[in-house]
Amino acid sequence: MDLWNWLEYAAWALSALFGLYMVVDWLKTDSSYSEDVLTSSREGELEAMTEEEHRG
Amino acid sequence: MMTDTDITSPVMDGMGPHGTKVGLLRVLGPAHVWALGVGIVLVGEYMGWNFAVGKGGAYAALIACWFAGILYTCVAMIDSEVTSTVAAAGGQYTQAKHIVGPLMAFNVGLYLVFAYTMLEAANAITAGYLFFVVAQMSGHAGDLDQRPFIILVIMFLAWLNYRGVLATLTFNLVITAIAFVAILVLFVSTSGILGGGIMQHAALFEGHELPYGWIGVLAAMHFGLWYYLGIEGTTQAAEEVRSPARALPFGTLAGIMTLLIAATLTWYICSGVLPWEFLGDGVNGAVAPLFSTAQLAGSTGLVWLLGFGTLFATLASANGCINDASRAWFAMGRDKYLPGWFGAVHPKYRTPYRSIVFLVPIALIFALGAPLDQVITFSILSGLLEYTFMPLNIIMFRKKWPLNSIKRGYEHPFHPLPALTLLALCGITFFAVFLGYGTQLVAMIGFYIVVSLWFHFWRYRFVNRGTQFTMPWPKPQGY
Repeated sequence: MDLWNWLEYAAWALSALFGLYMVVDWLKTDSSYSEDVLTSSREGELEAMTEEEHRG
Repeated sequence: MMTDTDITSPVMDGMGPHGTKVGLLRVLGPAHVWALGVGIVLVGEYMGWNFAVGKGGAYAALIACWFAGILYTCVAMIDSEVTSTVAAAGGQYTQAKHIVGPLMAFNVGLYLVFAYTMLEAANAITAGYLFFVVAQMSGHAGDLDQRPFIILVIMFLAWLNYRGVLATLTFNLVITAIAFVAILVLFVSTSGILGGGIMQHAALFEGHELPYGWIGVLAAMHFGLWYYLGIEGTTQAAEEVRSPARALPFGTLAGIMTLLIAATLTWYICSGVLPWEFLGDGVNGAVAPLFSTAQLAGSTGLVWLLGFGTLFATLASANGCINDASRAWFAMGRDKYLPGWFGAVHPKYRTPYRSIVFLVPIALIFALGAPLDQVITFSILSGLLEYTFMPLNIIMFRKKWPLNSIKRGYEHPFHPLPALTLLALCGITFFAVFLGYGTQLVAMIGFYIVVSLWFHFWRYRFVNRGTQFTMPWPKPQGY
């Protein structure tokens, strides 16, 4: 067992950690917000807002 | 903590009149756009471009470098004009949707996702290989298992992307800048500018000017793309920059200028030190030619600098690819070209988190299960199809909405010359690719025909036809 064998294990462990973080956060987010809010993003917000200001 | 997640706050940006409750965050500046574009590409200077030398010799690689440079300058100018006007996530997909039509948009969206996800996989394979080489150089007994490092690269960068675009692209800015400066330092210290140059161009080229004649130059065009492939990725940041009309053209054009300098310097440095037979063999010869040159320069400092440069360029490219592929996938989901589920934005990190997570296993499958050259070829071909779409796109854009009808952030000069040049160069490159990878080219076009039929006969009924056109533009000319 030299340093590189340890690094291999560390890489496996870190990969699992990053993966786990994303999956847990994803499931948590999906369950705490409604689908309506999460998928409410619309294209062209900036343009639409500028238009609004001009009218206002 | 509550204030961070209060998405109903009226002062948070992303709250818009269309009913957006949570949208992508506008936090980026021109430097991030530069980092995204150059970051994806610079790995091509560190490895890959030298296959062009193998195809036709060193001069052929230089001719390909400059011809591809013209091709990509056209790409950058055209992109800058269109995207400073159609400033939305999805980049060329969104441009195609507004300017050409849904079927073109669907295809372009897939070109983007494939080109970037394949390139991400190729970068991860490369990073794994770099760790393998470093382990061997440091005296590791036995072969290093590359898989955990390949997976770690993809997982770490996906996590970074998941957590927010500002940190992701600031990270890219730092590592891309280091990788670019490393090339400049190598040039200054080996060219003789600071004394003690090691360049041997005349001796190395003698008798090998064009070893395969002009057909070799044509074949070299395929890998000439490698110097710049990915600069068009800057457009994917359109919905996240603070000032799209200014930052996108600025970042993109500064990016192509950086790459023209980096590509020419790279060619000059490597071809002046490494014999063309060695330089042109990217598998058993110079896998990372800039690094090989640094080794021959006899300075430990340069070896370390270029070693880190190679790793950083690889990471920056994979990072930018995750950013771009997820934006394109997200934009297609938002318009229901794909299931609307993918059009979600994370309420706290403000990233297209479902698209980012969804593309991780796909990148892993290709990174762990497919050979590098096939992955790269798939990526190049998707890119090439995308460049062929661009001239048609800009010609239609100028025709339907002439300069006086919509204000652009940037107007590219000499229209339609860049569009026609780009179209001609794409034709030449298709022929060059056909010479080397005819089967893959045919298979790939077959694939896009099949998915186009699927889209036309099945998927199109789900598309948000009314709400997909969001730009406050006048009616196109002639309609």
